[in-house]
Amino acid sequence: MADTFKLTHENLDGLFAVLRKDGRRVLAPVDADGRTELNDVEKPGQVSKSYIQTIMSAKDVVFPKVERLLSYTTEPGSVELHDAEPHALPTVLFGVRPCEAKAFGALDAVFNWDYRDKFFNARLEKMAVIGVSCTKADDACFCTSVGGGPADTKGSDILLTPIDGGYLAEVLTDKGKAIQALAPQLFTPGNGVDKAMIAAKLEQAFDQPALTAKLPGMFENKLWEGQSLRCIGCGACAYVCPTCVCFDIQEEADPKQGQRLRCWDSCGFSMFTLHASGHNPRETQSARWRQRIYHKFSTYPERYQMLGCVGCGKCTRACPVDMNLREHLVEAANA
Amino acid sequence: MEALKQKAKELLQKGDVKAVLGYAVGTGNVRRPHFARTPEQVDRLVLDEKCTQNLATYLTKHEVKHLGKVAVVALPATQRALLQLVAERQLRDDAICLLAMDGTEVKVLPSGAAVEQHLALKTDAMPTADKAMIEKLMAMTREQRWAYWQQELSRCVKCYACRNSCPMCYCEHCTMDCNRPQWVPVASHALGNLEYHMVRAMHLAGRCVECGECGRACPVGIPVHLLTFFAEESTAKQFGQRAGHSTKLDYALSTFKPDDKETFIR
Amino acid sequence: MTEKNIYLPYLMRITQITEESPAVKTFRLEFVDEVAAQNFNFKTGQFGLYSAFGEGESTFCIASSPTRKGYIECTFREVGRVTAALADKEVGDIVGFRGPYGNVFPLEAWKGKNLVFIAGGIALPPLRSVIWNCLDLRDWFKDITVVYGARSVADLVYKHELKEWNERTDINLVTTVDPGGETPDWTGKVGFVPPVVEQLGLSAENTVAIVCGPPIMIKLTLPVLEKLGFAPDQIFTTLENRMKCGLGKCGRCNTGSSYVCKDGPVYTLAQLNELPAEY
Ligand SMILES: Cc1cc2nc3c(=O)[nH]c(=O)nc-3n(C[C@H](O)[C@H](O)[C@H](O)COP(=O)(O)OP(=O)(O)OC[C@H]3O[C@@H](n4cnc5c(N)ncnc54)[C@H](O)[C@@H]3O)c2cc1C
Ligand code: SF4
Ligand code: SF4
Ligand code: SF4
Ligand code: SF4
Ligand code: FES
Repeated sequence: MADTFKLTHENLDGLFAVLRKDGRRVLAPVDADGRTELNDVEKPGQVSKSYIQTIMSAKDVVFPKVERLLSYTTEPGSVELHDAEPHALPTVLFGVRPCEAKAFGALDAVFNWDYRDKFFNARLEKMAVIGVSCTKADDACFCTSVGGGPADTKGSDILLTPIDGGYLAEVLTDKGKAIQALAPQLFTPGNGVDKAMIAAKLEQAFDQPALTAKLPGMFENKLWEGQSLRCIGCGACAYVCPTCVCFDIQEEADPKQGQRLRCWDSCGFSMFTLHASGHNPRETQSARWRQRIYHKFSTYPERYQMLGCVGCGKCTRACPVDMNLREHLVEAANA
Repeated sequence: MEALKQKAKELLQKGDVKAVLGYAVGTGNVRRPHFARTPEQVDRLVLDEKCTQNLATYLTKHEVKHLGKVAVVALPATQRALLQLVAERQLRDDAICLLAMDGTEVKVLPSGAAVEQHLALKTDAMPTADKAMIEKLMAMTREQRWAYWQQELSRCVKCYACRNSCPMCYCEHCTMDCNRPQWVPVASHALGNLEYHMVRAMHLAGRCVECGECGRACPVGIPVHLLTFFAEESTAKQFGQRAGHSTKLDYALSTFKPDDKETFIR
Repeated sequence: MTEKNIYLPYLMRITQITEESPAVKTFRLEFVDEVAAQNFNFKTGQFGLYSAFGEGESTFCIASSPTRKGYIECTFREVGRVTAALADKEVGDIVGFRGPYGNVFPLEAWKGKNLVFIAGGIALPPLRSVIWNCLDLRDWFKDITVVYGARSVADLVYKHELKEWNERTDINLVTTVDPGGETPDWTGKVGFVPPVVEQLGLSAENTVAIVCGPPIMIKLTLPVLEKLGFAPDQIFTTLENRMKCGLGKCGRCNTGSSYVCKDGPVYTLAQLNELPAEY
């Protein structure tokens, strides 16, 4: 059981100051031209007042869109290799939603299930999450269908739930305790609020375990073709997704030196699996759309005993043609 | 609306088309592209001012071509894109079946010529907001403009939603995907993003039908359509022809005419 | 804790280049670093990512046998950016190598059995490693048969080794070229691989078949093997899905829930029958 406290608005101000003094940057949702973006902030006052979620996920903090893996210098007959070190800044992610907080676990599963990825790990180690429970959900959200919830604690080091005058603060992990220890006086005794009463109500849309159980038998189902017909095969869904972890490795070099970069990639792109011979194991957009669903709802449970989707709905909001994932999962579950 | 559904059902029933591509109500009341292949799916068609997507984008996709002939509910921008696709020999004239609204009446436009005529009656100009923004940008100093675009493009993640949603970005082997030579860096860093958008704008000069789809598609709200709009406007000014108005149009940037202005040669 | 960079390759010096056929070359590579050389081990069936610095990485199997120490070999066809850059390299040049990755051919389990290797085109490299490995452990196995086909005589790779195998009595080598691909002095068979296999009258009894080649060859050879009585778990093959990391992370190589870079590249037909055909 987590230790529960109250964090007043004034004390949150203080906490931001203390965190920054401790050498950490604070990233939080900020309103910008009608969008909500994750930005560096100094004070809670800069944080968006009415966001559901940011457009992009926070995965960029641990898995940047471009990361140098190594560099080298070359001369005729010799090569000198240079290891790369991630430039990991001590970071507190403030105000991410419980779904997104949980998503770091899905990234961790891939980056460390076998070989350990030092780039991800170095960044993860320096990051702490102060999540904020949702008091409203929209038509894209479906966290409650994938084992989460608007006030779920998983993935947050501290979870805040808005109450009168401030927040209910659940200090959940060692990283959370370390933050609290920076200014213990800011955390006053909690008052036994029932956060379930405050959190958004979101009905379960489909039976996920049943869906996962039936997917292996649905591979050849015509459903995927019908669903994917309007998909234009861009990378928006994967790039905003907090759990999508696929990447490309790219070389950039001149005759004397070069570097190897890891860049986000998406299974939705037609080139993703294309061989040099022209053969493509996933020739059609429906095969690629199916991969997206299967990877998250069949492969992940099978390989990592968890889902590859946290139900945040970011993909749906970002999709230029409104591919609503929840709707498609409901359709698959009922097929 | 009923007239449109009626027409769609008729076309499907007669077997004239295999699908009707229009719009339906989506998440949180947005409008989404919608393929109707059954009467029930036709019943979900809607058409109102919230419908914005340029549906011509779908007509060059393998998966859609595979369906057979598709009737398309066509906004003016969709019609322009269609003409340009015919001009660029990406669509055959006999593959065209557009459903366009004329007041409350549904018109079936079965050929490029019919589309040309229909469009000539009602050309819609560039949205005023976009026009104003381009003017604002052109009034800036080069440094200011450079700063503006650097700031905007820094948000780009190279998801290619702009490219993939564009009806004129149909190339199967896009320059961005070419690695021999690697014209444009794949990585979404400052240079990769800048080169991507510069190359794309150049490729759309004289071809952009000014639908604004790329800008709407961008998940992080970069007004990339302003780049292609500007490229299109410049070509129109230089060469006296616009994309998306005729099924017969020689590509300005690969055609030489003795009376071409050569003001760019200094 | 500082962790190791799993993307960092070993530096390797090219010590020998063999032109196998037009556009196909074999490199012999030796570790630049002595310690790395001594600690390096692999098993037959595994692959690696080879770097041409300046252009990127490409996946090839390790084509030499683990019984031959001190070097590894790879055979590749020039098809794209990285392979073209590798093809330009000369003896003495440095390339990168990450690996070994992936699973292995289960030689222990094959002890006491007959082995039939069936390869087409440039797919001999993965089999070359295991064939040499088996020849170096010759008393583990009973009969060893190799059927190798290519489009034309010029397209046959490892010509010197084919000659050597042909002369050995402890391995039965059958080479064939597609009709029209023969030369006047060609002494092998003329015909596609599947019918040639069928004509050999092999017995499936206590035998495993290892098949590598272009998808069409595999597709047409499998029914022949089934007709000869081979059960799906007696037939082995390797998959070549596109790869970037080789580490089970980049998400590119999977067929269904199986990462070819981790759970493969070696699969039995019985295993493939359980997976969706995404290869
Ligand atoms: C397990 C495995 C073993 C292989 N063994 C060999 C071998 O022994 N000899 C050989 O000649 N080829 C082999 N291949 C295929 C070889 O990896 C590709 O032909 C090669 O990577 C093409 O690279 P490129 O940069 O020259 O081509 P490009 O088309 O420029 O490559 C672009 C990218 O696509 C990837 N790619 C392209 N085609 C393939 C493909 N068919 N398979 C996997 N990745 C691809 C490349 O890695 C590269 O990252 C193997 C592939 C796998 C997966
Ligand atoms: S797939 Fe969509 S809903 Fe699921 S985690 Fe990713 S962005 Fe969120
Ligand atoms: S959904 Fe696609 S892009 Fe996302 S992690 Fe899975 S395979 Fe990768
Ligand atoms: S689902 Fe939407 S965001 Fe994802 S690839 Fe398709 S069109 Fe792009
Ligand atoms: S849609 Fe936006 S983020 Fe995506 S590539 Fe285009 S400009 Fe960049
Ligand atoms: S090659 Fe990256 S996951 Fe297999």
